[in-house]
Amino acid sequence: MSTLTTPPPTPAVPTRTRAAAVRRRRPVRRRRADGRGGPLTRWLLGTLAVAIALLWVFPIYWMISSAFLPLNRLRTPDPTFFPVDGTLANFRRVLADPSFASAFRTSIAVTAIVLVASLVFAFLAALAVSRFRFRGRKSFILTVLVVQMIPAEGLFIAQYGMLDDWGLVNRVAGLAIVYVAAILPFTIWMLRGFVAGVPIELEEAAMVDGLSRTGAFFRITFPLLAPGLVASGVYGFLQSWNEYTLALVVMTDPGRRTLPLWLQGLVEANRATDWGVVMAGAALIAVPVIIFFLAVQSRMTAGLVAGAVKG
Amino acid sequence: MTAPAPAVRVGGRPPGAAAPPRRRRRHLGVYLLLVPALVPIAVGLGYPLVRQLVLSFQEYGLRQQFGQPARWVGLANYAELLGDPYVWAVIGRSVAFCLVNAAVTMVLGVALAVLMARVGAAARMALQVSMLLAWGTPVLASLTVWQWLFDSQYGVVNWLLADVLGATDMRFHSWIVEPLSFYFVATVIVVWMSVPFVVFSVYAGLLQVPTETMEAAQLDGASARQRFWGITVPMIRPVLSVVLLLQIIWDLKVFTQIYVLQRAGAPTRDTNLLGTLIYSYAREFSMAGALATVVLVVTLALTGFYVRRMLKEDEL
Repeated sequence: MSTLTTPPPTPAVPTRTRAAAVRRRRPVRRRRADGRGGPLTRWLLGTLAVAIALLWVFPIYWMISSAFLPLNRLRTPDPTFFPVDGTLANFRRVLADPSFASAFRTSIAVTAIVLVASLVFAFLAALAVSRFRFRGRKSFILTVLVVQMIPAEGLFIAQYGMLDDWGLVNRVAGLAIVYVAAILPFTIWMLRGFVAGVPIELEEAAMVDGLSRTGAFFRITFPLLAPGLVASGVYGFLQSWNEYTLALVVMTDPGRRTLPLWLQGLVEANRATDWGVVMAGAALIAVPVIIFFLAVQSRMTAGLVAGAVKG
Repeated sequence: MTAPAPAVRVGGRPPGAAAPPRRRRRHLGVYLLLVPALVPIAVGLGYPLVRQLVLSFQEYGLRQQFGQPARWVGLANYAELLGDPYVWAVIGRSVAFCLVNAAVTMVLGVALAVLMARVGAAARMALQVSMLLAWGTPVLASLTVWQWLFDSQYGVVNWLLADVLGATDMRFHSWIVEPLSFYFVATVIVVWMSVPFVVFSVYAGLLQVPTETMEAAQLDGASARQRFWGITVPMIRPVLSVVLLLQIIWDLKVFTQIYVLQRAGAPTRDTNLLGTLIYSYAREFSMAGALATVVLVVTLALTGFYVRRMLKEDEL
């Protein structure tokens, strides 16, 4: 599931220092950009950048814009580019659909299980890996690294067979198992970096001041890890919320669909008839997810760079 | 002879013989921390992996689904699979699709990253926000929009081509019935979704190229092109190679985009790639297992390269 498509299952070591270094360099960089090329070149490049930005964002704009248009304004020879005096009817129809509510509940249930399980398990493992030296540590990290690359598409038939044997096909628990297995490795990898980023000296100082090891950990280190836990949590949320392939294989019963499966069902039911309703459904799923994504991505990108560039 | 030794050992500690057992308990505790993570990985990934490998060496058809024990057939499944010219056609297509997509994504991504580093703050902000929005959109939602954009009757793309650019025969053009144009649409979608990741990774790499080096090269008379190929590219090579490798791994196993577009009315047999071919074997577990194993081996070979890189960077 790395497999889970949207953001990268990339080994990352998020460290604050690197991110800070990147930020510090930026003004210097800008000065150089100013110094190169005439004003005309700069203007041209700026215009090009904005044009590409508009091109890239257009599909998302189009999704939202079409969602507000009634059928008779979608099926016109010339497209309507600005949904002035649009309607909320499409959204109302989607929200009134009982299958949306059912898919929403299924998605919430799967995501909640996956989120809690993967965060707790990954946190414990990250702790072990970055705070202790023990036999098998390196091979564990290596396993975590390699396992991330196993493609869902290379395993889903076997996973289906396994869940079928155990009577877990079409069950939230069944889907949750394969999701947790897919999400854990990257979450461990991400949290490992965060735990390693909190200096052990802080804990030791607290222990000198009389706290127990456990006490020092929960009163000193744990609060400092909150941003890391949030970032990993959002990652897990995005993955299990958006995943399509495994859900398609495991949730074969239309009554047990997750939201992405539901959206595909909506497309197939309304194709060539009502794209407005389909776009309303897509927008309802996409907009909250995009907001979550914006909140977390800078941390994930910084992690990637820290992992890939020897600075 | 044995007596002094423990005495020496205990000497530095507070009295009481609890020290060694306690240390061992802590040691075991470390493994206890790993168990909760290892169990789901073993159950959800490890066991299916083994199971699939076993199945790929067995005959597992309809009869076995009704309870007959599976028969060992050695490499027969693989032989049948790799003896089928259609499978080879799909493998060829997948590799071609993967390489084209990875190449287009990389070229566009690097170009946009360089552009991002050279424009003013406002233009850079616009580019960053639009890339983030595309990156964050759930894959199914973006696939849905792209289907609407390429809709044969009321889609914006056909309108643009026919009514704005004057290619009137494109007015009701159906994009997905022809394999080549099907792959074109799939490529547009995959590239649209993958470029942001490349842009941000490469841009972050560009920021780490020291300004002093570039200025020195400029003073020495190196042209912009020379500076790019002679300084920038070698310095961001680690990022480039990792990102390229990830693109290849991801594009090789592309499934959702192809599957959803096929459901939109494309001829399945002519448009299958490896992911959808495995899926189409659905209940022929043995064949699916064999093909999936082939894909897995190829992916893991690529991954091995990546992991070696990571190890060289010594980030463990």
